[in-house]
Amino acid sequence: MELFTNQILAGIATGAIYACMALAVVMIYQAIDHLNFAQGEMAMFATFISWQLMQWGVPYWGAFVITLVLSFLGGIAIERILFKPLAKAPILTNVAGFIALFAIINSCAGLIWDFTIKQYPTPFGSAPFLGSQLISTHQAGMIGVTLLLLIGLFFFFQYTRIGLAMRAAAALPESARLVGINTSWMIALGWGMASAIGAIAGMLIAPVVFLEPNMMGGVLIYGFAAAVLGGLTSPFGAVIGGFLMGIFENLAGTYIPGVGNELKLPIALALIISVLVVKPAGLFGRHIVKRV
Amino acid sequence: MLLSQKLRIAALATAVMTFTSGAALAQKKYDTGASDTEIKIGNIMPYSGPASAYGIIGKTEEAYFKMINDRGGINGRKINFVTYDDGYSPPKAVEQVRKLVESDEVLVVFNPLGTPSNTAIQKYLNAKKIPQLFVATGATKWNDPKNFPWTIGWQPSYQSEAHIYAKYLLKEKPDAKVAILYQNDDFGKDYLKGTKDGFGAKAASMITVEESYEISEPSIDSHIVKIKAANPDVLLIYTTPKFGAQTIKKTAELGWKPLQIITNVSASVGSVMKPAGFDNAQGVLSAAYAKDATDPQWANDVSLKKWNEFVDKYLPGADKTDGGLIYGYGAAQTLAKVLEMCGDDLTRANVMKQAASLKDFIPDTLLPGVKINTGPTDFAPISQLQMQRFKGEKWELFGETISGDVAPE
Amino acid sequence: MSAAEEVVAEGHEAVEAVPKRAMTLGTGTSLVVVVLLLIVPLFTKNFIIFQMTMLLIYGLAVLALNILTGGSGQFSLGQSAFYAIGAYISAVLMEQFNVNYALTLPISGVLCFGVGFLFGKPALRLSGVYLALATFALATAMPQLLKLNFLEQWTGGVQGLVVTKPDAPFGLKMSQDMWLYYFTLAVTLAIYIFSVNLLRSRSGRAFMAIRDNEIAASAMGVDVALYKTLAFGISAGITGVAGGLGAIAVQFVAPDSYTITLAISLFLGMVVGGVGWLPGSFVGAAFIIFVPNIAESISKGLSGAVFGVLLFLVIFLVPHGARQIAIVGQQLIGKLRKT
Repeated sequence: MELFTNQILAGIATGAIYACMALAVVMIYQAIDHLNFAQGEMAMFATFISWQLMQWGVPYWGAFVITLVLSFLGGIAIERILFKPLAKAPILTNVAGFIALFAIINSCAGLIWDFTIKQYPTPFGSAPFLGSQLISTHQAGMIGVTLLLLIGLFFFFQYTRIGLAMRAAAALPESARLVGINTSWMIALGWGMASAIGAIAGMLIAPVVFLEPNMMGGVLIYGFAAAVLGGLTSPFGAVIGGFLMGIFENLAGTYIPGVGNELKLPIALALIISVLVVKPAGLFGRHIVKRV
Repeated sequence: MLLSQKLRIAALATAVMTFTSGAALAQKKYDTGASDTEIKIGNIMPYSGPASAYGIIGKTEEAYFKMINDRGGINGRKINFVTYDDGYSPPKAVEQVRKLVESDEVLVVFNPLGTPSNTAIQKYLNAKKIPQLFVATGATKWNDPKNFPWTIGWQPSYQSEAHIYAKYLLKEKPDAKVAILYQNDDFGKDYLKGTKDGFGAKAASMITVEESYEISEPSIDSHIVKIKAANPDVLLIYTTPKFGAQTIKKTAELGWKPLQIITNVSASVGSVMKPAGFDNAQGVLSAAYAKDATDPQWANDVSLKKWNEFVDKYLPGADKTDGGLIYGYGAAQTLAKVLEMCGDDLTRANVMKQAASLKDFIPDTLLPGVKINTGPTDFAPISQLQMQRFKGEKWELFGETISGDVAPE
Repeated sequence: MSAAEEVVAEGHEAVEAVPKRAMTLGTGTSLVVVVLLLIVPLFTKNFIIFQMTMLLIYGLAVLALNILTGGSGQFSLGQSAFYAIGAYISAVLMEQFNVNYALTLPISGVLCFGVGFLFGKPALRLSGVYLALATFALATAMPQLLKLNFLEQWTGGVQGLVVTKPDAPFGLKMSQDMWLYYFTLAVTLAIYIFSVNLLRSRSGRAFMAIRDNEIAASAMGVDVALYKTLAFGISAGITGVAGGLGAIAVQFVAPDSYTITLAISLFLGMVVGGVGWLPGSFVGAAFIIFVPNIAESISKGLSGAVFGVLLFLVIFLVPHGARQIAIVGQQLIGKLRKT
């Protein structure tokens, strides 16, 4: 029983990583209607920038804020320079563009900062949280930040003019244009926000997994899976999806005899696919009805 | 300075010998890839892809041969080091090695990295009788001169290292409950096997937990939680650097203090122990064969100074905490030694013969007491290791250098 | 506006509609290509022949993806999984059961068809991003499945399996590489012709109807479920044959050979070659084999970045892939003829 609770707690702690990344995935999906394979790498690069700033003596929060601003602008710049010209190209060509971006960022980070792992500081400390050694104050802080982000996003999309405009631009671009929304800039804005949220995710994840150019590779797969499980249209669903993913993966690894440990990722993914077969839009996603 | 002197003396010695012993030695013999002016060496490395962290080894070797060339080359011949990216993918490795052999026409393929890539090219190179020299992996199968006379290893094998840990535990903690955390690939499984072989009949009773993880997992915290639940006394950490650091950090966060032994691969002070936190790493054990450049105890070491000068001059800006710089330097120096021994007989057969007749050769980067020895039936150049314990901010070596040769099946 | 222009001008559909006559090469061009493929190896080094063999093999795998995506409109990032299954089936049959290499290929093909068909069943309910994730999951899981302990006695586990390369039969005086090349070429041509005919057949029209508008297709009486799973099965089957050939050519199978990177490469091959244009598959295969080599020769440390930049250049210049070039070329020739 103790192992069971421990694994649940450890699952929540790891799930926070996935949830954080899943939020960034949902953000970009809201803006451009597909998934960005380079998102993890963009987050990694942003985290390296903040690390570099700290090496130069900028205090943590200063580096945090500067990085957020830079990521936001960087995201917009990437959209304007690389993906706006592809706006008329087929979607699959855009996906190829994400893969190219992935390769470029990963390779540059490796050249600039090398591949050795780096320690990344946490603003929350890493003492046991509320007496439990399974969740550290950092992980608790991470869950807190994720939830704050979630609430922020919810209000942004639900109640602000610009949030609504972004949703409209992604869902029905033609109609959105007709009501006077600058859809092109909405997409750029979405890139910027997704990039900034990714940067937050990266900076929160790095203290746990250590900073290195390949740190987001695994995280992104889990982030995608979590976002899809929760429903790509729902930030709330993505966060829940992240935690479920973390918990389920741990339980599968611990309790399924024989292959459980070796195959915990495939088992978790298989579960997600079965969920999708029953609920094709994810647990909390809206089903979009297509017209002929 | 010393090296160039040595080289000059060697060149002189060869010249004198050639002079005195007549026609037989005066005749220069070449295979494809060698000439009066140049020796062509081929290499493959994962410069891109998931294992790109090891790319630095290839860059170090390239820089090392540049240094050799700046000093006049080996026996008057420049080294032309051709290195290609295989992305750690066996099919790509085959393509690139065939390109090296058939298109670039190299004399030997040197230090190709990774067990899967090397397995993929081994049969081809042996069929073509091209030396697969000093492969950069620690599998035991490279020491098999009978079946693969053209393949030779370099570093101590993973299994022999694990053997040493098992023997240490049998002696110091014969009643311990041992947990093993290993990476689910050829690397981790070799360590697992070596440990079991080392424990022999006691393996079943001593090893209480075998937990594997995949390299794609972002964090291995949950594995540690699971292992801790079984409450073992000893934790063997058979992981790559990132996961090694995560393990040491997590066990400390859990307030759990088993005896931890970490693989040599992940024992770097700068890139594992420091990120994991020096406080958390106290008392961790490992075994080593090379010096750790980030370990303060070598600050005044003469041979490591040479390495430092080399890095400063030929790899400016490189991260000295990266173990790949030490590794590549040592491997390249071994090759340089072999080529030097070949003299003017630069046939593939002679390169292989010289590679298999290294006697007490000591590259600058190896621990005192560790020597390279090979022979016609011994294709495992480095087979000695010394146990070490982490204390303060550095490793403290203890015990004698132990030879841990494991014969392949 | 001609049909060809329409294709290029087309907007933002997930997979664009390609009229079926635009999916292949003309007879004259095809003959020239085949003759070239037959002759060139006689004058080149074995290493080039090996690269050409790999080009054909990857070309087959991209072709299979093209049938699935370009033909039936289903998106897959999991082709490496079927490739791996095919490769392992061939390797295990050859090495553990001493089956002749040529016989292992149909077995790989049929078994992969089965796996693909079964995978297509649950995938029916998914589309777009969700299908991409499901196939992506399959590709991620495959190396781990290949490593499983209880399969180790056949697969060699993490160590993989070394495969013996076949000699030329009937006492032909031909190097192993050359024989394998011609063997691969024969298989490739057979599959290519089969694919072209498939897309021109009733099934092919059903695929394309589904691709262009699933609901309309089903309203017209097309059995959507059957044809979608069928497309998955055929695609997986061809990929399996390619995998088997790949195992024989590379002489080695290991879990590390069939990671998600392979699936992504095949996907890139399809995009660069032109989605839905079958000959483009081989152009795409050439891209994924040679462009990394070019990138690396430009800069070792930044080879990934250079590859990315080159890829961006290609998709900026020709967002519709090699097909776009072919169409422009065709129009030029057409205009020349008129004048």
